[in-house]
Amino acid sequence: MTAVLELRGVTKSYGDRQVLKGIDLTVNEHNAVALIGASGSGKSTLLRCIDLLEDIDDGDVLLDGEVITDPSVDPIKIRRRLGLVFQAFNLFPNMTIAENVALGPRRAHREPKDEALARAHELLERFGLEGRERDYPDRLSGGQQQRVAIVRALATNPRALLLDEVTSALDPELVGEVLAVIRDLKRDGMTMVIATHEMAFARDVADEVCFLHEGLIAERGSAEQILTDPQRPETQRFLRRILETQRL
Amino acid sequence: MIVTSPGWTSVRESFFSWYWFRHSFSDVLSAFWLDVKMFLILEAIVLVFALLVALCRNSRAPALFPLRLVATVYTDLFRGIPTILLIFLFGFGIPGLAIKGVPTDPLVLGGAALVLSYSAYVAEVYRAGIDSVHTAQTAAALAVGLTRGQAMRYVVVPQAVRRVVPPLLNDFISLQKDVALLSILGVIEALRQAEIDQGLNFNSTPLVAAALLYICVTVPLARVLDHMQARARRRQQAVMV
Ligand SMILES: Nc1ncnc2c1ncn2[C@@H]1O[C@H](COP(=O)(O)OP(=O)(O)OP(=O)(O)O)[C@@H](O)[C@H]1O
Ligand SMILES: [Mg+2]
Repeated sequence: MTAVLELRGVTKSYGDRQVLKGIDLTVNEHNAVALIGASGSGKSTLLRCIDLLEDIDDGDVLLDGEVITDPSVDPIKIRRRLGLVFQAFNLFPNMTIAENVALGPRRAHREPKDEALARAHELLERFGLEGRERDYPDRLSGGQQQRVAIVRALATNPRALLLDEVTSALDPELVGEVLAVIRDLKRDGMTMVIATHEMAFARDVADEVCFLHEGLIAERGSAEQILTDPQRPETQRFLRRILETQRL
Repeated sequence: MIVTSPGWTSVRESFFSWYWFRHSFSDVLSAFWLDVKMFLILEAIVLVFALLVALCRNSRAPALFPLRLVATVYTDLFRGIPTILLIFLFGFGIPGLAIKGVPTDPLVLGGAALVLSYSAYVAEVYRAGIDSVHTAQTAAALAVGLTRGQAMRYVVVPQAVRRVVPPLLNDFISLQKDVALLSILGVIEALRQAEIDQGLNFNSTPLVAAALLYICVTVPLARVLDHMQARARRRQQAVMV
């Protein structure tokens, strides 16, 4: 097993509030790790730190064995090797769907326009979005927008995909189509870190589930073990609360 | 009320004389072309220069600190000085210095004064537009591998510009009118030409002719502006739903 991502003692504060208090995490190739935890527990922060959108205070993040949080490393080059999908889609409203997908390949990877657009069309078709290439994002449903956002993150062939609660801004009837896409990606061997509130989904795709609590990974294990037989009282309390609103 | 006022007959004679209108209209119209040309050239320069100033003020890189400082001082200073005073200072002050190589053409100096004055305002309009684009858009652009500069260029600025079109058009309209201020430097544009005709003929109708010409440009601009604002409002509501 090769480790694609590795976090060693990562800490991060906003002002005098320490959000991450020393996170250790390894994500192996073709594996999916689910991050669960209460709102405000730092799931988004952790993903943003991995994508170098936030500077960490202490510790290391490694991508394919290379310390990417070293000051000498250019974060732009690292972000080009990772994909991040946001909770609120964050599509570019001034561009068509195809242009959204082709922006990274064209501008970051300097692919010729025609090539980038052709590949964007291909990818969009693969994810059931054919015919929408020339539409602007506001013409699409939330589920379609989020699928475009996933395609956009995939367009640069990332080494790993970071997914930040990609279904929590969606109407319930649109959640399924987005989760189906992620299941497909998992089947195709994509390495992923998935922050999620969808426990049934986590059990389905995650090789490992990590419970984030008060800035630390309080408990981790296989999805089956964490979700059905949690050891720590915090984990039990969290799952009990969340299962009141969801069914496994 | 106006028509029945005691002075109406003489005002009508000196401001609304059909004879003098026809007599001076072609003079004023050809001078007005200079206004239109100046307006178009100056506006184009203002749009580009102000965007550069706004981008300097919004830059983050520590190396660009001097630029950021210059841009900030510039906008503060030039927004604080009345446009007409700037035109005086440039038009009479700079030739007075008699520096070699510096142009003395009042059209150039007055034009520069207008550009600097308006760009300070327009830069702030741009900046407000840039600030109004959510930081999540920048984060998304960075996440697909763009540099900060590329994120600005392809994602933030296009959205910002679209949002500030209505306030920009407002500034267009006042610039269009303020070109007339160049007359104080002796530039023979529509207002100056009208004043000359007025002095020659002891009749003020040419001023009315000039006013009419200004209206012919500013009113359509104002209608375009209304239309765009209405559209922006509709779009805003569509997004809120
Ligand atoms: N830019 C910021 N400045 C200050 N505090 C922040 C910032 N971003 C996040 N925080 C704080 O950090 C903590 C963790 O936030 P984060 O968004 O990572 O939580 P989360 O687990 O993703 O929550 P949710 O499930 O609601 O998305 C919160 O208390 C939040 O208020
Ligand atoms: Mg979050």
